[in-house]
Amino acid sequence: MNTFFQLFVSGLATGSIYALAAIGFTLLWQASQTINFAQGEFIMLPAFFVLAGTQFLGLSFPVAMAIAVVLSLLLLGLGFKRIIIDPLLPHGVLPIVIATIALGILMKEGVKQFYTAEALPFPALFSDRTLNVLGAAISVQDIAVLLIALGAVALLQLFLNGTKIGRCMQATAQNPNVAEILGVPVRRMILYTFLINAALAFLASILISPIYLAKFSNGETLGLIAFIAAIVGGFNQIRGALAGGLLIGVIDNLSAAYISASYRSAVPLILLIIIILVRPQGLLGKAEGRTV
Amino acid sequence: MSKHSLLTLVAGLSILILLPFTQSNYGVFVLCSWLVYSISAMGLNLTLGYAGQVSLAQASFMGIGAYMTALMTMAGVPWPAAMIAAMVSCFVIGFLLGYPALRVQHHFLAFITLAFNALVVLVLRNEEWLTGGTYGIVGVPRPEVFGLPTQTPLAFYFFVLALFVLMAAGLYAIIRSPWGRAFKALRENPIRANSLGVDIRQTTLLAFAIGSSYGGLAGSLLAQLTQFIDPHSFGLTISLKVLLMVIVGGAGFFFGPILGALLIVLAPEFLRFTEGYYLMIYATLVIVLMVFCPTGLLGLVERARTAMKLRQNPNATTWEAGR
Repeated sequence: MNTFFQLFVSGLATGSIYALAAIGFTLLWQASQTINFAQGEFIMLPAFFVLAGTQFLGLSFPVAMAIAVVLSLLLLGLGFKRIIIDPLLPHGVLPIVIATIALGILMKEGVKQFYTAEALPFPALFSDRTLNVLGAAISVQDIAVLLIALGAVALLQLFLNGTKIGRCMQATAQNPNVAEILGVPVRRMILYTFLINAALAFLASILISPIYLAKFSNGETLGLIAFIAAIVGGFNQIRGALAGGLLIGVIDNLSAAYISASYRSAVPLILLIIIILVRPQGLLGKAEGRTV
Repeated sequence: MSKHSLLTLVAGLSILILLPFTQSNYGVFVLCSWLVYSISAMGLNLTLGYAGQVSLAQASFMGIGAYMTALMTMAGVPWPAAMIAAMVSCFVIGFLLGYPALRVQHHFLAFITLAFNALVVLVLRNEEWLTGGTYGIVGVPRPEVFGLPTQTPLAFYFFVLALFVLMAAGLYAIIRSPWGRAFKALRENPIRANSLGVDIRQTTLLAFAIGSSYGGLAGSLLAQLTQFIDPHSFGLTISLKVLLMVIVGGAGFFFGPILGALLIVLAPEFLRFTEGYYLMIYATLVIVLMVFCPTGLLGLVERARTAMKLRQNPNATTWEAGR
C-alpha cells in the first residue's frame, strides 16, 4: 500500500508535467488548428538554453533561466509561428504536421551536434529529501513539481476566464470569424497562444530535466505522451488535457510496477486506442459537431 | 493514355531495366531499396493522396509483412505463399484498425495509427521467442523464381522491378476504376461524394486496407533485400519517412511517391559529405519545401504547367488551364 501511494504521488508529479505539455498542445490546436509534432522537442530545448548559459557563458543559474525564458518565447513562440505556421496555415493540417515533424528532427539533431549527445544533469530546483507521509516516502521534489505545475494551470485558467485578453483568446479559439467581426484582434490572440505554449514548454522543461536529465532525445517520449494525454483527456479542453496528463503519469508509473516493465509504454498507447474507439471526444471533452 | 505518355512510360521502363548494369553492387542495392520504398509509398499515397486520410503506420505494416515473410520462408513455406499471406494479413489488419478509427474521421486515424505503430514495435522487441527481440532475424532467404536463384544483386533487382511494375499497374487500375474515382471524389469533397452515393466509411476503409497491403508487400521485399530485419527498421521514424516520400513527391499524383522515394532514398547518399549535419540539412529542406510548396514537387510542376498554359491563352480561366 505504501509503495502504491509512493508510486501514485510520483506519477502525479510527472503527470502534471505531461499535463503542461498537453495543455500547450491543446491550446495550439484550438487557436490555429496546429498539431505540433515537435512539442516534445519544445520541452527538451529550454533546459539546454539554461545549461548553455551556465556552462558556456558562465552566467549564474537565475540569470541563465531568465535568458532561457526570453529565448523560449522568441524562438518557440514568435519564431515558430512567424516562420513555420503562418505560411503553412492556409494549406491545411497536413503540411503543418510534416513541417513540425521536420522541425522536431532539426531541434533534436541541432542539440546533438552543437551541444552534446550525452545526458546532462540539470540542477534540481528543490532538495531531493523525502518526507515520511503515512509510512510512504514522498520526495519534496515531487510535491513541489506537482504544486508548481498545478499552480501554473490554475493561473492559466484564471487568465483565460478572468481577463479580457483571455476571453478574447477563447472567442478566437471557438470561432475566429465571429471573433474578428466582434473586433477581437484574432491574429494577436493566436500569437499569445503560441507564446503561452512556449512558456508552458519552458516550465515543463525545467521541471522535468532534473528528474530525467537533459538529453537531446528526451522529446521523443515526451511528445508522444503529451499527445496521448491531450487526446485521452479531451482534445478541446484545458481541464481535459490536465486530467489526461495526470492520468497518464499515474498509469505509466503503476503499470511499470504492477503489470510489466517491458510493456510499460504499451499501456498509454492501448488506453489511447480504447479512448478513441469508445469516446473519441476524450474523457472530459465535448463532441465537436461535424461541419458541412 | 496518349501516345506521348506511352512513349515516356516505355522510356522510363527501359531506363529502369538498363540502369542497374551501370551500377556497382551497392548502387543496385540503393536502386532496390528505392523500388521497395516506392511500393510502400504508393500504398500510402492511396490512403493519403487519394482518400485523404493520414496514416502514420505504414512502417508497422512493412514490419508485419517483413516478419511474416521471414518467419514463414525460414520455416519452409514457399515464398509466393508467404508474400501473399503477408499482403492479405496487412489488408485484414488495416481493415480491422481502420474500421473503428474511420468512424470518427479526420485526424483520428493519424492518432490511432501512430499508437498502433508504436505497439507493433514494442511487440516485435519484446516477444523474443518469435521475433528475436532487438537482435532481429538474420538470414532471410531470397526467393527462387522459376528455378532461378536471386542471390546476386542484379537478379534480385529484376525480381523487385517486376513486382514494382505489377503493383504500380495494379494501383493505376484501382485509381482508374469507379472505386478509385470514388476515393478522389471523397478527398475533394466528402459531403458531396456522400450525396452522390459514395459510402464514405467503406470507401476510405478500403483505400486504407489496400494501402496497408502495399506496405506489407514492401516489407516482404525489404526483408529479402537486406536479409536481416530488426524492430528498429519499422519504427515510427520509418513511417514518417514514408509519409515524407509521399508528401515531398506530391500526394495524390500517381508518380509522386515514386519521385519522393527516389529523393529520400538518395538524399543520404548525396548528403554523406555533410556527416553529422545530414539530418539537420534534411529537416531544413523539408521545412523549406513545405513552406514554399506544400503540394510537393509534382505540385510545383503542375503549378508551372498551369501558369504556362495561362500565358499561352490569357483568356482561359485557371480551371480550364488546369485541364
